[in-house]
Amino acid sequence: MKKNKFSIVLNGLIAENPIFVLMLGMCPTLATTTSAVNGLGMGLATTFVLIFSNLVISLIKNLVPENVRIPSYIVVIATFVTILDMLMQAYFPSLHESLGLFIPLIVVNCIVLGRAESFASKNKVFDSALDGIGIGLGFTFALGLLGMIRELLGAGTLFGFRIFPEDYGMLMFILAPGAFISLAYLIAIVNRIRKVS
Amino acid sequence: MKKLKSSFKNMVLVLACITIVAALALGWVNELTSEPIRLAAIAKQEQAIRMVSPGFDNEPVQEQYELTDYEGNILTCFPIKKQGKLLGVAIETFSMKGFNGEVRLMLGLKPDGIINNYEVLKQTETPGLGTQMTYWFKTDKNNQSILNKDPGKEKVWVAKDGGDIDAITAATITSRAFLDAVDRAYRAYMEHCGNVVDIVTTATIEEKEAQNEEE
Amino acid sequence: MIYITIFIAAVFVNNIVLSQFLGVCPFLGVSKKISTALGMSGAVAFVLTLATIITWLIFHYLLEPYELTFLQTISFILVIASLVQLVEIILKKVSQPLYQALGVFLPLITTNCAILGVAILVIQKEFNLLESVVYGFSTAIGFGLALILFAGIREQLSHTKIPKGMQGMPVALLVAGLLAMAFMGFSGIVKL
Repeated sequence: MKKNKFSIVLNGLIAENPIFVLMLGMCPTLATTTSAVNGLGMGLATTFVLIFSNLVISLIKNLVPENVRIPSYIVVIATFVTILDMLMQAYFPSLHESLGLFIPLIVVNCIVLGRAESFASKNKVFDSALDGIGIGLGFTFALGLLGMIRELLGAGTLFGFRIFPEDYGMLMFILAPGAFISLAYLIAIVNRIRKVS
Repeated sequence: MKKLKSSFKNMVLVLACITIVAALALGWVNELTSEPIRLAAIAKQEQAIRMVSPGFDNEPVQEQYELTDYEGNILTCFPIKKQGKLLGVAIETFSMKGFNGEVRLMLGLKPDGIINNYEVLKQTETPGLGTQMTYWFKTDKNNQSILNKDPGKEKVWVAKDGGDIDAITAATITSRAFLDAVDRAYRAYMEHCGNVVDIVTTATIEEKEAQNEEE
Repeated sequence: MIYITIFIAAVFVNNIVLSQFLGVCPFLGVSKKISTALGMSGAVAFVLTLATIITWLIFHYLLEPYELTFLQTISFILVIASLVQLVEIILKKVSQPLYQALGVFLPLITTNCAILGVAILVIQKEFNLLESVVYGFSTAIGFGLALILFAGIREQLSHTKIPKGMQGMPVALLVAGLLAMAFMGFSGIVKL
């Protein structure tokens, strides 16, 4: 039975979307979506880690004894997170500064470890990489969407381009409460859509 | 597919191997990226300098020197020159008196201390209020702009404390911190040049009260 | 004096969950009942404080002097993972009912961003060892406070009628948002 490779990617994007369906990885979602660019940047950074850690873990899955798999996976993930951190510091310094603490925190993003545990440790290498891409894109999409909403409502800009005057913006959306509330309604809307379809 | 047995020896061995490979990989990437990181940091500084100073043709980052502010902290000063002639300086200054912590700026001064321009490097003030400092004090409205003001002759602190500058509406503490950063850069620079500033130029109430007590 | 400032800042002004967004997953996941919330807070407090001490020591006596700071993420997370294993073993022996109640959430403390987050923050803020311990412990108290408040509200919510689409996560997030708004009232009390 040949598994449709494309469907693996699509799965992560929609059916098992980490934010809207699995509801994992809330911390970076709420913290880094103060603007569309930040949200997308965070999503792409996490996708990088997802792809490579899924790949490596799938490669070594038969060499790792059952009882030590969680610490081993964590070390692999931590390695790629550190590599990402260093690369971003060198080549994307302003994004690195905006995302700050949340870049090293990718290592404790439940999505990454969760995927390693539930998919990469049980599937072939190429499929695992595809799953990383799919889940990563799903995550990036969700973060980008939330970031755009918060930036638009809160500051009146979108990707830095002014849509309406700053004075009409509802500042709260860029602050902590706005994050919780925006995400709440977004998930509610998605819930509604899913029940209808 | 058979997995390796979970014996104690295997577990320790595998974990140790993975960790060693990881550490080696990281060490290698660290080597690769340390130079670009260093260059990126310098580029960021140079960009900030360029934003506050008129066209220059020297290497301000190479020619930087240190100033000491009124609390004993070190501020970095970058001379701006064109064809050997000093056009001014860019000083990286800060204040810890912000509403939410540190406020860091690059302040551009002319050789005689008159404020040329500024650029906010780092701040974590309240979005929409304190964060307005990035453009508030450059906007030529009412009395809020500090550009082209001479802190030695004019009262460059908030009107609430008797000064001449209009603070950001509903963000007085942030405004005080901002002007404190400006003030400490100015004083440190003037001291360095040999002109000790002796009129009151601070932006905080406590210092003014201390001054009043001295008088 | 600074220690009181750190305490107030960590618990109220910059509450780890409601303002810094660390520890949100367990916050949303374990807060359905006050009793589990209490248990979780206790476990987190223990691991957080201990982890902060150990990671601080590792950074200042091992990583920094030997220029190995790039190993920070790996070493810190390994310390945290080991500590959680330890807590699990201890709890199993000491209090079976609590161990059962916390169930799958115990190993999840490893991925609690609050713990790794605080370990990194105290290095960034350049606290000394005592300041770090106070900060870590205060953060845990702040986490517990937010968690217990939230659990209390959710226990009440379970008795009310909520529109279908909003049930579960959405209404929980909404309540969290309102709590966050309330906590914003603390800003400016102390400056850290």
